[in-house]
Amino acid sequence: MSLVLDSVTLTYPDGDGRLTALDAVSLDVPAGTLTAVVGPSGSGKSSLLAVAATLVTPDRGRVAVAGTDTAALTPADKARLRREHIGIVFQQPNLLPSLNAAEQLQVMAHLSGRPPKAVRGRALELLDAVGLADQAHRRPHQLSGGQRQRVNIARALMNEPSVLLVDEPTSALDHERGAAVMDLLASLTAERGTATVLVTHDRAHLARTDRTVTVQDGRLTAEPVRV
Amino acid sequence: MGTVIVLITLLVGLLSGLTAGLARENISAITGLPADRLAFAAPPSGQSVSFTNSTVTEEQWRRWSERPGVTAAAPLGIRTLNAAAGDRTAAVSAFGTEPDTGLAPSPPAAGRAVLSESAAEELAVTTGDAVRLGPLELTVAAVAGDASYSHTPVVWTSLDDWQKLGRTGTTAQEEATVIALRGADGGEGADWAAGDETVGTEARTLDEALTAIGSYQAENGSLQLMRGFLFAISALVIGAFFTVWTIQRSGDVAVLKALGASTPYLLKDALGQAVLMLTAGTLLGTALAVGIGALVSGGNVPFVLEPLTVLGPAAVIVVLGVLGAALSIRRITAVDPLTALGSAR
Repeated sequence: MSLVLDSVTLTYPDGDGRLTALDAVSLDVPAGTLTAVVGPSGSGKSSLLAVAATLVTPDRGRVAVAGTDTAALTPADKARLRREHIGIVFQQPNLLPSLNAAEQLQVMAHLSGRPPKAVRGRALELLDAVGLADQAHRRPHQLSGGQRQRVNIARALMNEPSVLLVDEPTSALDHERGAAVMDLLASLTAERGTATVLVTHDRAHLARTDRTVTVQDGRLTAEPVRV
Repeated sequence: MGTVIVLITLLVGLLSGLTAGLARENISAITGLPADRLAFAAPPSGQSVSFTNSTVTEEQWRRWSERPGVTAAAPLGIRTLNAAAGDRTAAVSAFGTEPDTGLAPSPPAAGRAVLSESAAEELAVTTGDAVRLGPLELTVAAVAGDASYSHTPVVWTSLDDWQKLGRTGTTAQEEATVIALRGADGGEGADWAAGDETVGTEARTLDEALTAIGSYQAENGSLQLMRGFLFAISALVIGAFFTVWTIQRSGDVAVLKALGASTPYLLKDALGQAVLMLTAGTLLGTALAVGIGALVSGGNVPFVLEPLTVLGPAAVIVVLGVLGAALSIRRITAVDPLTALGSAR
């Protein structure tokens, strides 16, 4: 189960014309691998992530998530695909302020119509996996920035996704905490067999990835570059 | 927001109890009559029937009693005047009827009066005391019921005594204000329209007859208008609150959508929270209204504490609030999950 982007082109309205965010981008991320996407601001990294997350429909090209071609899916089908097969680690943790760490994970079950209590064990197991076993009862404001980012990662893994999309996970962390998060992502990718795409502009942590591709003006200019 | 819902519910609950209390003081003597219809003298063309202007004759109630399907046709005289007992006076409504009609809570014989509890209390009299009603000196035969008419307590007299209080016509024939009619099969067995045409009256149901009390229409209309505005205001306030609430939560909604929450799920979730908040706030407001109502209803404030006056407004607030919330929460459909990516929240 992997993520495949095949000749994907995405444009946005820009005044009287259109701005090309992605230009015939092709990317294949096999299961169990961590691919970093680097590039300057405005190069198309976030657009690539949005297309892979099925949040944006490309003008042309094919996006396949866990073997499912997303072209013909309805918005409801895409929401279900995100619930069942895609985990998203946001740049900012985006935790819900009223929930504690365990409940942040349990809410994923609620979205799928399952009782949150039924998955509490798994939530605690994942919090343990990201080193927060003793922080399950704490709310976001009671956690440090690094801890919040770990909850963010654990939440993304809650529904055992095939594809893990990670958006600038270290941008708000110092070098030491950033390195710890990268180590965690790399080990979780290997252990859980996810096809992980990591968007970052921080080249300091690329040593932990399986490969790196560069986006420049909407195009993959170095594909693939093994680090 | 919960406080606003509590206060609005309290206000509407108190106003509803007060409206019902004032209405009861205005109409309870009419709504409590054991009759299917009240026949008024047919008013001049273009005018509505009214208790004030209606005068029916003995000929009319006799003809009504002979109509097929009519089981009883009893004259009822109504007049508002001052009553006195010792050094106390009170405005009362004298209801004159014949002793065997069953309209009064206790049959009023000639020279005797049956007082409602409020009338007896205001005049400080009890059974056997004397009470002066206009030119008449009557003996209190009984204190029964608590009927009111046009905000005055009712004093039942015989029809003969009532007619002595002041004839409205120039003839010496028997007169009353309206005719209380009863029909076979709960009123279904009589042809009221044909009877009206034959006798020259206008028969109304008890509810329809209430509009013939001048003060009731004006007073009740104003209070109901206030209640209506309060309901509308509460729907707008609740809608405005949930609009702000939805806007404040749009960041969380974007995250949940990005994580795979469907729009119907989010709408259901938001509406569920709105219903919970509305129900809790309304219950608390209703409980406060009941408490305050219980305190004031024992005194001089006309306040009715009944399920209809307490739970009715609460139910309306919940329904209108849910409608207002539903209109506001629909903004969730427009939240773009893309804003959760790369955004600094």
